[in-house]
Amino acid sequence: MALLDVDRISRYFMTAGSKEPHCVFSDLSMEVFDREFVAVLGHSGCGKSTLLNIIAGIDYASKGYVFLDGKEIIGPGLDRMVVFQNFALMPWLTVWGNIKLAVKAKHPDWSRHEVNAWVERYVAMVGLTGSESKRPAELSGGMRQRVGLARAFCVEPRILLLDEPFAQIDALTRGVIQEELVRMWEETGTTIFMVTHDVDEAILLSDRIVLMSRGPSARIMDQIEVPIPRPRGRTTVIEHPSYYKIRNRIIRFLSEGTVEKEPAPSVVSLSKARRV
Amino acid sequence: MNTKNSKAWMILALLLFVLFLGSWQLVSMSLKNMPGPIPVAKTAYEFLSDPFYDNGPNDKGIGTLTLYSVSRLTAGFVTGSIVAIGVGVILGLNQVLFKACNPFIQVFRAISPIAWMPLLLYSVQNSNWTALLVVFMASVWPTLANTAFGVSNIKKDYLNVANILQMNPVSKVFRVILPAAGPTIVAGLKISMGSAWVAIVPAEALLGSLGLGYFVWNEWNNLSLTSVIFAILVIGVVGVFIDVLFNRLARRLAYAD
Repeated sequence: MALLDVDRISRYFMTAGSKEPHCVFSDLSMEVFDREFVAVLGHSGCGKSTLLNIIAGIDYASKGYVFLDGKEIIGPGLDRMVVFQNFALMPWLTVWGNIKLAVKAKHPDWSRHEVNAWVERYVAMVGLTGSESKRPAELSGGMRQRVGLARAFCVEPRILLLDEPFAQIDALTRGVIQEELVRMWEETGTTIFMVTHDVDEAILLSDRIVLMSRGPSARIMDQIEVPIPRPRGRTTVIEHPSYYKIRNRIIRFLSEGTVEKEPAPSVVSLSKARRV
Repeated sequence: MNTKNSKAWMILALLLFVLFLGSWQLVSMSLKNMPGPIPVAKTAYEFLSDPFYDNGPNDKGIGTLTLYSVSRLTAGFVTGSIVAIGVGVILGLNQVLFKACNPFIQVFRAISPIAWMPLLLYSVQNSNWTALLVVFMASVWPTLANTAFGVSNIKKDYLNVANILQMNPVSKVFRVILPAAGPTIVAGLKISMGSAWVAIVPAEALLGSLGLGYFVWNEWNNLSLTSVIFAILVIGVVGVFIDVLFNRLARRLAYAD
């Protein structure tokens, strides 16, 4: 059974000046398996962030259901942590304080000593040791997102939801953090659902890429398995024979909206086989 | 450049002070019985050299009187602020309620706290309680309006994070909502404190509650303008001191986004 099961969800909302509800997407279904890294790729405004927010429980589906571990999602919870595009750190708290906030929420019964040890561990994991007492305003975008990642990883969620996490980070730093993310994902054995509009990022990071069409009424058009073995490096990944095949297929989809008639029946099974 | 500037404002401030003393002296010479700076300074020295004397219920040292006023101010201000922040958070989190209440808040805010005094005095029949309630009324409205505004403008992200972390309502309020709205709330508290301090003087004067306002009026009845001017200066200095405290608080709660 899939870890995350998005079951025919639709999202409508009313807009001012129109009697017809606006349809972000309808009857959208997808699955994410345990320990998988899935990227949802689509144009800005195609509704992929709405999908992520519904899974996070901070938005809701007008119709349909989302299940995590077989249980229906009806609101936000500590089993799903979000990493936000704009970091969403508490600016009045230090690096330490931001991470501690999450640890204390997850483990209210822990002693101060246990909490501090846990925070320290995740500060070290994202390489921010020495910057614990800095506030977000004193940090670069890359460092802020490291805090965001530490905050998400430290509660050990069943699934991590990344909403274009590297879009606001300069290109040089982005590559470093992307590799760190993969390392943390492998070390912790967690599952990642990422939303992005960056084709190279999706190929570099994910096991499977889900292509979403332009809204309104966006649909999942295709799912592409990324067969490139790990560890993948930013420079080595492009040398793999399937890299440009996948890339071209995605670019064609993004620019023309067409999908190659090469159905991917093996998508799900392949993904299961590799990770289990 | 910087050090030069810092010296420049100090020199200018000193010049203004001398100008102030000079014009005061001129006014005192042209108006009959108006004390100039020198007799006031003498009186100030007398009062300040024995600030806590006690010659019966209506004749106490300036230090004692200031303490009376400040403690009355503190009691009314603290209770008023707790109510204002509590209600403000509720309104800030509920847009419909906020919109419904906002016109009333604006009306109440426009009313001088002194205007409530007859009604309050009639209701509680006690001048000390009335003075306290006047301070309370002065303290509530600016803080209430600012808290509601600040809370309703908290970035949605912060609340989302709090929800995802499944924080309970109490820690959500104290760990996320209040710190996020902190700078706006303190700005409200500062205005409230200002208007409370302004209101306390006439309230004490009219109600005869022991304090700086009472002192001003009493000395006027004694026709001692020197003491009146001295009391005015004390009121101003205490006000500045309070403002400094709030600026410190504001600096502590400020955050860069």
